[in-house]
Amino acid sequence: MYLKHALRAATALTFVATAAAHAQSITIATVNNGDMIRMQGYTDKFTEATGIEVEWVTLEENVLRQRVTTDITTKGGQFDIMTIGMYETPIWGANDWLVPLEGMSAEYDVDDILPAMRNGLSNDGTLYAAPFYGESSMVMYRTDLMEQAGLEMPEAPTWQFIREAAAAMTDRDNDINGICLRGKAGWGEGGAFITVTGNSFGARWFDEDWKPQFDQPEWKEALTFFVDMMNESGPAGYATNGFNENLSLFQQGKCGMWIDATVAASFVTNPDDSTVADKVGFALAPNSEGVDKRANWLWAWALAIPAGTQQEDAAKQFIEWATSKDYIELVAENEGWANVPPGARTSLYENPEYQKVPFAKMTLDSILAADPDNCCAQPTPYVGIQFVAIPEFAGIATQVSQEFSAVYAGQQSVDEALAKAQAFTAEEMEAAGY
Amino acid sequence: MATQHSRSVARLMMAPAVVLLLGWMLVPLTMTLYFSFKKYLPLRGGDLGWVGFDNYVRFVSSSSFWPAVQATLVIVGGVLIITVILGILLAMLLDQPMWGQGVVRILVIAPFFVMPTVSALVWKNMFMDPVNGLLAHLWRFFGAEPISWLSEASMTSIIMIVSWQWLPFATLILLTAIQSLDSEQLEAAEMDGAPVLKRFYHIILPHLSRAITIVILIQTIFLLSIFAEIFVTTGGAFGTRTLTYLIFQRVLESQNVGLGSAGGVYAIILANIVAIFLMRIVGKNLDA
Amino acid sequence: MARAVTTRRKSLNTILAWAVGLLIFFPILWTILTSFKTEAQAIASPPIFLNFNWTLENYAIVQERSDYMRFLWNSVIIAGGSTILGVIIAVPAAWAMAFVPSKRTKDILLWMLSTKMLPAVGVLYPIYLLFIRLGLLDTRGGLVVVLMLINLPIIVWMLYTYFREIPGEILEAARMDGATLKEEILYVLTPMAVPGIASTVLLNFILAWNEAFWTLNLTAVDAAPLTAFIASYSSPEGLFFAKLSAASTMAIAPILILGWFSQKQLVRGLTFGAVK
Repeated sequence: MYLKHALRAATALTFVATAAAHAQSITIATVNNGDMIRMQGYTDKFTEATGIEVEWVTLEENVLRQRVTTDITTKGGQFDIMTIGMYETPIWGANDWLVPLEGMSAEYDVDDILPAMRNGLSNDGTLYAAPFYGESSMVMYRTDLMEQAGLEMPEAPTWQFIREAAAAMTDRDNDINGICLRGKAGWGEGGAFITVTGNSFGARWFDEDWKPQFDQPEWKEALTFFVDMMNESGPAGYATNGFNENLSLFQQGKCGMWIDATVAASFVTNPDDSTVADKVGFALAPNSEGVDKRANWLWAWALAIPAGTQQEDAAKQFIEWATSKDYIELVAENEGWANVPPGARTSLYENPEYQKVPFAKMTLDSILAADPDNCCAQPTPYVGIQFVAIPEFAGIATQVSQEFSAVYAGQQSVDEALAKAQAFTAEEMEAAGY
Repeated sequence: MATQHSRSVARLMMAPAVVLLLGWMLVPLTMTLYFSFKKYLPLRGGDLGWVGFDNYVRFVSSSSFWPAVQATLVIVGGVLIITVILGILLAMLLDQPMWGQGVVRILVIAPFFVMPTVSALVWKNMFMDPVNGLLAHLWRFFGAEPISWLSEASMTSIIMIVSWQWLPFATLILLTAIQSLDSEQLEAAEMDGAPVLKRFYHIILPHLSRAITIVILIQTIFLLSIFAEIFVTTGGAFGTRTLTYLIFQRVLESQNVGLGSAGGVYAIILANIVAIFLMRIVGKNLDA
Repeated sequence: MARAVTTRRKSLNTILAWAVGLLIFFPILWTILTSFKTEAQAIASPPIFLNFNWTLENYAIVQERSDYMRFLWNSVIIAGGSTILGVIIAVPAAWAMAFVPSKRTKDILLWMLSTKMLPAVGVLYPIYLLFIRLGLLDTRGGLVVVLMLINLPIIVWMLYTYFREIPGEILEAARMDGATLKEEILYVLTPMAVPGIASTVLLNFILAWNEAFWTLNLTAVDAAPLTAFIASYSSPEGLFFAKLSAASTMAIAPILILGWFSQKQLVRGLTFGAVK
């Protein structure tokens, strides 16, 4: 154990300075989304009020997942707060890896959290993560191009209408694509999108016996429809486009429609970044004619406390601050109501100021239309809409979405991809003991 | 010359390096071997008992295994071929008299200083993006339809990015080798009227063989484990899933440490096969 | 350079070499240029080369979001520490291999190189668990050790090839004069091997600086180097080419400058024994 002591001594020496500098300090791992970055800017106010220092570890989504998952499964204890999503929370909560968020102050008003979000971030009725912002998906479209095409967007369009409108708006000479959608491999990127598209065509991941359903006609219909529509009216190379790529295309005025996260609404209507800020309309995510499920997903980026942290109280204080009504008001005061973190609290949508924001109502309607316990037109054994809340899902869905992306890139046929997806999923599920 | 005494002193001096590396090899290797015989699923409670060779069987029988081995070899092979050929040409060019040689040399070796993550990000976004990328602009300028590099030409793209990073290294080593070439010998050949190609084959290439072997050896070691370039660009999609990436997916995305560890053992075996193969060549050359 | 060349040929060489050099350097140049544009100019079509309003805005945004100096300092300490430690351990080993060779010297050398082939992702869990046990997570000390171990084989090999080129007679002469082993290494061998050691140090500093797997996965706050800094810029929302370029430029600038200033040493020594 000599080595151990020597190393410790060596590192201790390096750190004498930093360790002594502050008394209480918490470390937060977070994703590099706009709302999170904005929160970092306001951290000083939290430190002023409580005396607790905050250290940020900001990482890109995939790196963040890799980093926090390693840390929580090995009980590494590197972070006092982790930013996680609706997929991880119930699984980690069930493993007792997270501190239950109980006994929050009355002022925090935990019942104000939107029920859909609260459900999704709980396991067996216990809340394990507080939503910083929540989202569903919806249609964002260019009102000017829609008018030019002589069409009118209904409040609740069908896929068939979307496809027709996309074709009408496409103007390749002027670099305008009728529709931009995610095709990028990864369960949280194109995987999420094609899953909700599947849902809106009546498909599902598993039947009640956990048998994969990619050999069913609904999946074939959904995937074929998606590929055909994107080939007709989508941007070149959409097989590698994810949220960010599409956002940037839409902001540059290169998309007629974009179906994606409701939080994108504040980015595309922000005149600082968007060239089309005043020409954006919103509608509910589409369904295929005759299917009563829409392509609505449900997601929240939430703050959770890993069990075993030494700073549980400080971490709780921070979560109360960051996900409170006061924080929302703080942002509203400084940056305007359109820029507050959306989708987390009921009171926000009851606020008359916020109701004036053009996308507020559609965001709420979209969130309300999503039901994680009941994702699909047919019965399923799982919880989750654009994901299946089992530990094996991320690995399976990433590989499945890679097969689908290969279809988008024209490297294999729909049938081939579905056959591979079916075989692979069945193999993995069997190995997992289902 | 080597007395008994100096031998034991030599052993003593090698000891720290050998012991440390032995530890660095054995500790993770032992742990990897240990995990590889277990059903170890961190998200399902961790250690679920011994499973014998199950993980090994599953890893190879998975439909992704052989394509991954193939992808690994294609990337390593592709980059080696490109960097060695272009490296020789570039080294010969830089060896010629010219104005501003120092500056040109700086320009050529610069990519070697760029961290892999950064170079992958820059290539992916600013060059290979099918809409805003510089290559797309270039294609459009010539009236061609822009290529979606990372999906339509995924393998080519990754080989391009990695080759760009490693070309300076190959060029540098080959350049020092060329500079040590006896110029009188070359001049004599030139006087005799030997054609350029002949001079290249009979004088330059044999002289470079040692340098080429070393470039291949060192680069292979690094290329077998490239990760950031794939993680940032394609995420393993479009046939770019190498063995290293497959292991990453098993361990981190699927959270199956046992299966991933078995994959790690296979990767070590593959690396050693390549290594033995290489070392036979290098060993021969090192003696020469 | 005894060859007589015509001006014409020299001009041709110059033009060709500069063209190739600029082509290879172009991605870096473009990144640096883009970092001074606004986001809108960064994606302008057709692309703008120099005729734009130069701005430092992106650097300001990046600096405001993350404290660059802290990441930079960690990078310097980790890359520098691992290189120095590695050289200290490698010099005696390389000396022994070069001057007291045995039948197994080459096997040991090749075995050392083969330890580099262990795929890092495969051993992430074991190493992470080990680091927790030893309390080394997110410490610069821990990373110094890991990166030293990763690069040690290369260091040993490079030094070995330099030492081998030093004629044994000189050492014997020193020994005759009564130099001890320590003196022999310090006063005879090391000065002769300075160019070799310098380029070894440089190459390994670069490799350690650019290592992005362990430095990212074993750190959080205190020890996070520039590789972690760049990981928070890889896919921000909206238009980001200019900000990405600024962050990228900040991440690579120090090593690029170091590399440029020291390229002579690097080039002179980077032979791996390829030159007889």
